[in-house]
Amino acid sequence: MTVDWSWISGHTDDLTTLTLSHLQAALTAVLLGLLISLPLAVVAHRVRPLRGFLLGLSNILFTIPSIAVFVLLLPISGLTRTTTVIGLTIYTLVVLLRNTVEGLDSVPARTKEAARAMGTRPLRTLLTVELPLALPVIMAGVRIATVMSISLVSVATYIGDGGLGQLFTDGFQRNYPTPVIVGVLLTLLSAVAADALLVALQYVLTPWKRRRA
Amino acid sequence: MYELLTNLGSWLTGTAQWSGSDGIANRLAEHLQYSLLATLIATAIGLPLGLLIGHTGRGAFLAINLASFGRALPTVGLVVLVFLASGLSMWPVYIALVALAVPAIVTNTYAGMTAVDPDVKDAARGQGMRAHQVLLQVELPLALPLIMTGLRLALIQVVATATIAAYVSFGGLGRYVFDGLAQRDLVQVLGGAVLVAAVAVVLDLALSGLQRFLFRHRTA
Amino acid sequence: MIQFDAVHKRFPNGTTAVHDLSLEMPEGGVTVLVGSSGCGKTTTLRMVNRMVEPTSGTIRVGGKDVQRQDAAELRRSIGYVIQQSGLFPHRTVLDNIATVPLLLGHGRRRARTRAAELLETVGLTAEAGKRYPHQLSGGQQQRVGVARALAADPPVLLMDEPFGAVDPVVRTQLQDELLRLQKELSKTIVFVTHDIDEAVRLGDRIAIFRTGGHLVQCAPPTELLARPADDFVADFLGAERGLKLLSLKTLADVPQGPASEGGAWTLVLDEARKPLHWTSKDADLPVRPLKDDDSLLSALNESVASPTGLVARVDAAGVLTGVSSRDDVHAHAGLAHTEARTQTGVAA
Repeated sequence: MTVDWSWISGHTDDLTTLTLSHLQAALTAVLLGLLISLPLAVVAHRVRPLRGFLLGLSNILFTIPSIAVFVLLLPISGLTRTTTVIGLTIYTLVVLLRNTVEGLDSVPARTKEAARAMGTRPLRTLLTVELPLALPVIMAGVRIATVMSISLVSVATYIGDGGLGQLFTDGFQRNYPTPVIVGVLLTLLSAVAADALLVALQYVLTPWKRRRA
Repeated sequence: MYELLTNLGSWLTGTAQWSGSDGIANRLAEHLQYSLLATLIATAIGLPLGLLIGHTGRGAFLAINLASFGRALPTVGLVVLVFLASGLSMWPVYIALVALAVPAIVTNTYAGMTAVDPDVKDAARGQGMRAHQVLLQVELPLALPLIMTGLRLALIQVVATATIAAYVSFGGLGRYVFDGLAQRDLVQVLGGAVLVAAVAVVLDLALSGLQRFLFRHRTA
Repeated sequence: MIQFDAVHKRFPNGTTAVHDLSLEMPEGGVTVLVGSSGCGKTTTLRMVNRMVEPTSGTIRVGGKDVQRQDAAELRRSIGYVIQQSGLFPHRTVLDNIATVPLLLGHGRRRARTRAAELLETVGLTAEAGKRYPHQLSGGQQQRVGVARALAADPPVLLMDEPFGAVDPVVRTQLQDELLRLQKELSKTIVFVTHDIDEAVRLGDRIAIFRTGGHLVQCAPPTELLARPADDFVADFLGAERGLKLLSLKTLADVPQGPASEGGAWTLVLDEARKPLHWTSKDADLPVRPLKDDDSLLSALNESVASPTGLVARVDAAGVLTGVSSRDDVHAHAGLAHTEARTQTGVAA
């Protein structure tokens, strides 16, 4: 099995389009997941009975194979990009919810008490104390969710979307390995690049964690 | 929508649907067979590896990052690639199923081993247990909850990958999804999806329940 | 019973944990190793059962060089108790205690029977045996740790800050238990602590270490408190070492006289002639009667704390035998010190 380099050079435009479309789907899902999971996580963290329910429900959702999720959304939003993003968001939501709750759990009670003793109101404590301190664990979740999301986009090729995933079905239908190999490599590269960027972002956002020069 | 649901209902419950080589019973059995076999092989590879890295501490980098790498690999791409590379034969696709399950087992086994309280290991050695006795009587039993989590996650991963494998002519419940897509039979597609989802959820809940029961005496 | 001969321990990163240690730990006694963090006391303890191997020098237990024996078998003949107890969370308390007997090949039934005996010995109920470690309190877990160490009836017991992780009240109880056990069993115990008061309370001999693994002085507590070898030891013993010494002496020798009537304070007794409280025309005061084997320190405390200045003396049953005056108690406290300083053959 060899790579046909001429195919690659002949399709750079397509490859670029597919990669960008792929990343757009993945990143939209991560951002939506963050937006929804954050308030949900705060609720789960503060309200004991809801916590078990929300985490349990998200665990169940996470267990469902991605192709099933995409397919089951078809009657709702059809063969569109929306379906892809909703499907992906379900997964990023689960990961981010878990990690954000864990991150909030990890903030020492003493620190929160100190803030309260100084007269800080709950919302301000949340925004200026709890979330920043929970950030490392939350960022770990963002990294996992991003990498996972980038990988899952290709499954949406079966519902007509799929970004780089289309290279896989294309290669299969034509019994032609090159696009498949290229697709796998580009997916991996995107995941590594995104992860590296997020590590850099985390470094910038958590100055107190940096080692002394 | 309502019509779709009633059709789906009849599809899932129709007796004709359950019998025969393309029947739900048979596809379900096939799917479980693939999943269990692949998980078993993945365990045979991943468990010793995770134990070794966890016990000796060497190769920790691998154990920690293997999971991330596994997460980044696109399932569809891997399955198709192996299929094409093997000259369109089915059995090598098992490699893909196993390969995607190994990271979860290695990472969780490693995590389980490293989570064992060093004081407990010290006490075990101090009382006169030899290295293999410490491993078998103390480390392994204490790492077991996390190891089981790894096995459970691996199984769920395999169930999902096996569904995709139907695309490259595997049997199992994924057949309904892909045949349905090819035949533009939405009910069949949805039926397959519901069945796969149900299998995954039931297996996960059953195994978590088992885990909770087995380790009910451990820390509060 | 345990002999260290020019033992040296140097770790791969360059630190010297134990420096040229020669020490003998007598059979049937409690030798306490004490010092601040990093002084090598734990390393010294752990060399006895080869959890740490010496860089040079010899260690003998019962006359036999430990390095010539199989490490695992050696450890099965030495009891080992650590601060965090290290109990196996996945086994019941009973099975935890039975660990070494099982390792030695005793049958399960025999091992469990032995474990049940030990549960009682360390003051736990049979009910506790069926529980899992996490269901027990810290103090109870430590008792299990001690029971586990005693299971195979080893002649030697190594204890590394075993009572460090519990609160002071529980710690005192556990120390009392250990002293009681030792009276019964007479094991050779090596006990590591950073708490000088614990060392004074438990030790037959105390070995003080300085950072860098240097043994500074090894002596019975009375001698240590009366004649510290240098300023380091004196500082470590604390500014109140004079008082600490008194905790080791009893008031058996302090004279007592009859409780006189007509003084400002009268002692009220019950029908069995046991002291209830002091009374005067203005008020009542609680009394703390002391027996002959109570410490001179508690007598001093009572004589100072009570406005009566008198110490009520009772016999073993709690019946009044007389009172001692403040002056007599103080005089004897001074005498105790002089005695301690001049003991061991040095001319007065």
